[in-house]
Amino acid sequence: MANSQSEIRAAQLKASADLPVFFIKPESGLASLGLKELWEYRELLYFLTWRDIKVRYKQTVLGAAWAIIQPFFMMVVFSLFFGRLAHVPSDGISYPVFAYCALLPWQLFAHSLIESSNSLVANERLITKVYFPRLVVPISAVLGGLIDFAIAFVILLLMMAYYGIAPTWAVVTLPAFILFAIATALGVGLWLSALNVKYRDVRYTITFLVQFWLFATPVAYASSIVPERWRPLYGLNPMSGVVEGFRWALLGKSPAPGVLLGVSITVVILILVGGLLYFRRMEAEFADVV
Amino acid sequence: MSSDIAIRCEGLSKRYRIGEQERYKALRDVIADTVAAPFRRLRSAFAKGNGNADAASSLSPSSLPFALGPSPLGPSNPQSEIRNRQSNCIWALDDVSFEIKHGDVVGIIGRNGAGKSTLLKILSRITKPTKGHAEIHGRVGSLLEVGTGFHPELTGRENIYLNGAILGMRKGEIDRKFDEIVAFAEVEKFIDTPVKRYSSGMHVRLAFAVAAHMETEILLVDEVLAVGDAEFQKKCLGKIGDVARRGRTVLFVSHDMSAIRLLCACAIRLGSGRIVGQGPAKEQVEDYLKVAKNITAIKRREPLRLGSNLQLNNFEVTPNATISGAPLQFMMELESAVPMRINELAVLIHDSLGRRISILDLRSADGCLRTNGTGSLIFEVDVASFPMVEGEYYLTLWVDSDDVTAEFRDLLSLTVIDDAERRELVTYPPHARGSVELDYRVRV
Repeated sequence: MANSQSEIRAAQLKASADLPVFFIKPESGLASLGLKELWEYRELLYFLTWRDIKVRYKQTVLGAAWAIIQPFFMMVVFSLFFGRLAHVPSDGISYPVFAYCALLPWQLFAHSLIESSNSLVANERLITKVYFPRLVVPISAVLGGLIDFAIAFVILLLMMAYYGIAPTWAVVTLPAFILFAIATALGVGLWLSALNVKYRDVRYTITFLVQFWLFATPVAYASSIVPERWRPLYGLNPMSGVVEGFRWALLGKSPAPGVLLGVSITVVILILVGGLLYFRRMEAEFADVV
Repeated sequence: MSSDIAIRCEGLSKRYRIGEQERYKALRDVIADTVAAPFRRLRSAFAKGNGNADAASSLSPSSLPFALGPSPLGPSNPQSEIRNRQSNCIWALDDVSFEIKHGDVVGIIGRNGAGKSTLLKILSRITKPTKGHAEIHGRVGSLLEVGTGFHPELTGRENIYLNGAILGMRKGEIDRKFDEIVAFAEVEKFIDTPVKRYSSGMHVRLAFAVAAHMETEILLVDEVLAVGDAEFQKKCLGKIGDVARRGRTVLFVSHDMSAIRLLCACAIRLGSGRIVGQGPAKEQVEDYLKVAKNITAIKRREPLRLGSNLQLNNFEVTPNATISGAPLQFMMELESAVPMRINELAVLIHDSLGRRISILDLRSADGCLRTNGTGSLIFEVDVASFPMVEGEYYLTLWVDSDDVTAEFRDLLSLTVIDDAERRELVTYPPHARGSVELDYRVRV
């Protein structure tokens, strides 16, 4: 497959001919990120995301209500067991809002991670029969989670109104935290989806991984129960930065996540860039192995 | 000069690993293999001391599939392992070079496994060559399968946009062509109905219509005309002819020799991954048919994977060769790892010109077959008489199940020989006697 550099070179060489030229060569060691080509295929990205959203709740009775049911009942269970019975401290915020506010980015992350990890295998037919930048597949799987997130978000607003919590100016940072959650899901999803093509064990690992990760993330509890000196280490889990960021941006009462967030952002950037490079390296094999 | 070249390939080669076990590798196997390796070494050290049994086992072809696993029967000295790794590979395409000019319509012919589809996959950038390189001047549209990416829950309209985007069309381009596509597919009334409610004919028509309206300079087409009814096939051929006349470059893979002769000016003939012939389509088709007659397969010994779960374990015809007009028996064994519904199952019989002679419909009375996930389905078909004129006939399997919908071309060849004893006079040559040997008496 022609990478963007050789395409440019080709275009310069063949300035006279107006047709695009593609060079087909064996895999060379270095992989570019291929973002330029990805941009050319943005319409496909749009259509695949749109397909996933459109198809998700077809032939279900409750339809899009499923987007609310899952986080809402999780919140109820958490409030009952952790809030009411175990008296888990919640930074002085009513426990239901405290939990739901964290469950939103968590669900976005978990859903996007599961979908993107399985995306290449699920779209096997496309991959073996048509050429397009393979990155489109996991990215569209991740973006599909945003609609569910938006629906569930409405419930949060209602709850905040009920408990009389008004967001502070910090709310303007919310989009950044949403992006952060998505970047985390995509970064891990890129690794897992590429691995899943070759090793089907990944499929079974994901459910386990997501459950494990939920308890390693301050969803049911506040990160303030983690001793101060362990806080930066705790930030190695990027979702802890996301979840604490969400609480800070929306509820205003939780402390602003400082060091923890810095560690989290660094980790995500490393995972994401590493994932992109790994994915691009494995890409050439997908059609043969999947 | 070089600007009128559309496709140039130089030494294109593609190596695949064979052996089904290897394709779905589990991490567990990798770990088990790593752990087992030192023990294997140890064992091989013992084996060398105990004589040369090891060398013998490494030569036996039956040990090949186990060569990479920690099998106690597997070869264990490092040298034989390397050798086996190499022989576990197959060159699906081996040093293929050619040039195609803009506006050429080129047929690619060859038997199953000759490398036709691999070539198209490389040229459409789905997979990379192992060696060699190619240069393509112009946008490529590839049609390796009809309806890739169709989603059954979406309506016809939605699928046109989705499928168009997947094939690389811009939204504006689809908007412009939309009415034309719908008209070509003849699905105006159902355009807002989910595709899962379509008949299979409508489904295929719509899918082909989208692909046929791609406006790329180069079009790669793989055996997609094998679907749909005769009338629609004619329409598709007409459309491809149109495309060609408008000066676009078309690479066309088919087993339908009459279509190749009709559409293509020249043809490339592949055999075992190499180019075995190149030139005017008519000559190449004749050569292909000559070569095709030498095949002596009577029974498939290796299981053939049809879909992800469905497998053809056995397929045989007795007797083969058979005498024209004599009874014939087909035996077929299908196995499925999971319970599965098979809507359609048929053996298609083609003659050496690729014309369909007959069909054996294997569906049961209630219209479909089911496998229960354990054991296999065995079909035995008794044909009272196979009264074809002597020659070579080819058996194709058509399957439409939950798992796979496809035609598996020319799995077996059946030789029919002339019933010489029945005749009292010297007969006309086979091509003059048509297809069927009627059972008749003459009174004067």
